[in-house]
Amino acid sequence: MSDLTNLTLAEARDALVRRETSATDIAKAFLAAMEKARPLNAYVLETPEQALAMAAQSDERLARGEARPLEGIALGVKDLYATKGVRTTASSKILANFVPGYESTVTSQLWRDGAVMLGKLNNDEFAMGSSNETSAFGPVQSPWRREGSNAALVPGGSSGGSSAAVAARLCLGATATDTGGSIRQPAAFTGTVGIKPTYGRCSRWGIVAFASSLDQAGPIARTVRDNAILLRSMAGHDPKDTTSADLPVPDYEAAIGRSVKGMRIGIPKEYRLAGMPAEIEALWDKGAKWLRDAGAEIVEVSLPHTKYALPAYYIVAPAEASSNLARYDGVRYGLREPGRDIVEMYEKTRAAGFGAEVRRRVMIGTYVLSAGYYDAYYVRAQKIRTLIKRDFENVYAQGVHAILTPATPSAAFGIGEKGGEDPVEMYLNDIFTVTVNMAGLPGIAVPAGRSSEGLPLGLQLIGRAFDEETLFSLSEVIEQAAGRVELPQAWWA
Amino acid sequence: MNAPASPSKLIKGATGDWEVVIGMEIHAQVTSKSKLFSGASTTFGAEPNANVSLVDAAMPGMLPVINEECVKQAVRSGLGLKARINLRSTFDRKNYFYPDLPQGYQISQYKSPIVGEGEVLVDLPESGGQIRVGIERLHLEQDAGKSLHDQHPTMSFVDLNRSGVALMEIVSKPDLRSSEEARAYVTKLRTILRYLGTCDGNMEEGSLRADVNVSVRRPGEPLGTRCEIKNVNSIRFIGQAIEHEARRQIGIIEDGGVIEQETRLFDPGKGETRSMRSKEEAHDYRYFPDPDLLPLEFDQAFVDALAADLPELPDEKKARFIADYGVTPYDASVLVAERASADFYEAVAKGRDGKAAANWVINELFGRLNKEGKDVATSPVSAAQLGAIVDLIGEGVISGKIAKDLFEIVWSEGGDPRQIVESRGMKQVTDTGAIEAAIDAVIAANPDKVEQAKAKPTMIGWFVGQVMKQTGGKANPQAVNDMLKAKLGI
Repeated sequence: MSDLTNLTLAEARDALVRRETSATDIAKAFLAAMEKARPLNAYVLETPEQALAMAAQSDERLARGEARPLEGIALGVKDLYATKGVRTTASSKILANFVPGYESTVTSQLWRDGAVMLGKLNNDEFAMGSSNETSAFGPVQSPWRREGSNAALVPGGSSGGSSAAVAARLCLGATATDTGGSIRQPAAFTGTVGIKPTYGRCSRWGIVAFASSLDQAGPIARTVRDNAILLRSMAGHDPKDTTSADLPVPDYEAAIGRSVKGMRIGIPKEYRLAGMPAEIEALWDKGAKWLRDAGAEIVEVSLPHTKYALPAYYIVAPAEASSNLARYDGVRYGLREPGRDIVEMYEKTRAAGFGAEVRRRVMIGTYVLSAGYYDAYYVRAQKIRTLIKRDFENVYAQGVHAILTPATPSAAFGIGEKGGEDPVEMYLNDIFTVTVNMAGLPGIAVPAGRSSEGLPLGLQLIGRAFDEETLFSLSEVIEQAAGRVELPQAWWA
Repeated sequence: MNAPASPSKLIKGATGDWEVVIGMEIHAQVTSKSKLFSGASTTFGAEPNANVSLVDAAMPGMLPVINEECVKQAVRSGLGLKARINLRSTFDRKNYFYPDLPQGYQISQYKSPIVGEGEVLVDLPESGGQIRVGIERLHLEQDAGKSLHDQHPTMSFVDLNRSGVALMEIVSKPDLRSSEEARAYVTKLRTILRYLGTCDGNMEEGSLRADVNVSVRRPGEPLGTRCEIKNVNSIRFIGQAIEHEARRQIGIIEDGGVIEQETRLFDPGKGETRSMRSKEEAHDYRYFPDPDLLPLEFDQAFVDALAADLPELPDEKKARFIADYGVTPYDASVLVAERASADFYEAVAKGRDGKAAANWVINELFGRLNKEGKDVATSPVSAAQLGAIVDLIGEGVISGKIAKDLFEIVWSEGGDPRQIVESRGMKQVTDTGAIEAAIDAVIAANPDKVEQAKAKPTMIGWFVGQVMKQTGGKANPQAVNDMLKAKLGI
């Protein structure tokens, strides 16, 4: 086979089962590509020994005809997932040398199904960011560049290492997490596919927490089918996470190619923002047309509380984060900066260990939970959250199967271009995605075209709770209509 | 309960009478094999940090999972406190930094506790009577670890064995009006929890600790400003802390000062309370619902099943002992204070004279056990043995005096009381011939005393003593008495 790294996950799986290639060859091909692509800074840790050992095991099983669902599939793992014996940092200095003695539920399910770990992927520190620029390991460069430009672009965030690695052919697929858009926005920026499943679909056990009521694991991969294959292994009830849903996991791949005829697709008028770039609006219209052409019915719907979602999200998420990050205190593990007394040790450790964005969110969260402010901020934000959920319930009660929106308000921007002075400029990236986390619903980002500068643009489909299957069926229609995204030129190699 | 305190409970100050108002928060460690949100063991006395799971150490990505047994224990406790059980309750995070609090927050129940209002009836052993103490709520929460400051010259060590162990915080209404009431309340609460098996009540091991809120006021006036005395770990200290704190507050007010709301600590060595932190220094705990945990929900059937399995509680047992065995309310209270004592008593009393059984269990057995630092479980005299002694008295086989000797023999040597009486000739002499002979002998030997007795009939006691001496204590004292009266003509 020519270049193994160009295979989709599904193609690689089938080739492996047919013994046209080996897990070891695939792992080696990616390890070589990773080495060449180090300028992208997508991986914060390469694990070639694990990769080759796991691949050798897969090859034995393949030889015996005992392939598991992901046998020999080479994956990257977002550094938010605890990996046993392998450094796990959340891309933060405070966990710079942290090696967990345990494996997250989601990754352990991937290894159970035969997948191979290539390494740990960069992300915004503690998943707080939309550009992967807050990482203690430095920013990730997108493999994409504007036509005729050498300016370095962001791969989106917080799962920027995951999206860049998938787009740059440094893995067949990657794990990611999404608290406000951290799977879907980077997928849209890199021409890849990413699904944030329904809250509770994947276990959160062993994933470094950002905002517990919003965090959800999911995959980023090159195609809708690859997403469906990965999600089936990642999902499932976990008694160790009481917020995980005790529901059977469907065969998501079977949903691909299923007819969407007669499905009602909602177009929420509140997502038509003033000043939205014309090319985004055109992309959205094109997406609706493709679904209509496939037999779906397009209806305008209203999600009236949409405009409150972003401000409410930036209260709820920091509030939970301020509490979740309290454990990083230098007492038991991670960074410790000595002090004269315990309070000084805390202050010095946390000041040195956390980057600016994390410190900002911890402070915002502490503020909104404080006596005298709790009712004005946290309680009201939770009320808005309830209203946002109700907005979606009302739309679905009208027989709507899914909602179509743009994934992001723009194409990828340059490193250092946004949020320097005003963090809200960066926060606005999540305007189309946070509502989905606030409501706990599934959302998928799928590439649908290119910007005027040749950069990928994505659409988002939002589904009913635990109905990821419909999202796979619909997004594959868009994927087929838009044509498979050409992979970016490997300018780094 | 805002009834005026009885005058006897008032404290006399320099300028008049004062009433002390007390409310308590009892932290009772739930009896369970594993912790509230992790599978780690709760065994006391393990090596430091031996009983610590990934969750207890707050490793990244770890999540709490509620231990159902702890939930059951909380519901049982609520039922024992005649309290409302909330079928839906929620867990909140109480945020603060401390090295023995690995998560940086304690998971507790702030807004919606698992148990609501209830009531405890408390007997007052010293002043007599009974009071009703309202229960405000009972909620589940995690215990913290333990900081050790004496292990290293410059560092503190942390032992997380206790981190995450389930506690029940039981909050009373401010219904207590004296240190005696407070002590009696804690004693009663401890008894109820021990009956239920939901807390072992072991205060030395820290299984039961009290935060005591104390304020003072002039009788009939609104509540004064309260101070909270934290973490008092013995019933005696609770009494001492309240006495000192009430006096301190009265002194301040009578000197023209005002009470500042604050948290105080009790120093058992000095017998006084001292300031720990003022209201201004109080933490802002930033409570909010724990997003890692869904609301705790169960149905009435779950509660009913636990209620059906509840043991008989001290109040009911006491009423039954009074009704069935005819014991006095005071004796009944003593007998039911511990479930093991009550069971022991009942084994002795069943089919026998309940009053006599109570007398023997309380005065002879408990008295002796206390003296020797033993308890019912380690008693050398079993219920069957004590029952046999009571039987022998009832049957007139031995006198009460001999019975005490017999008790001593059984205590130190063991054995079947009936056989001991047989083999050692301890039987009571009721043979009038033998008694008469002894009386005649005493009269004959003491003509002067006979004359004296005729003038002063109470002298008969001396004669009884002499006859008993002659018969080795085995003569039936009533028969001796009657016969002496006839012979002496008094």
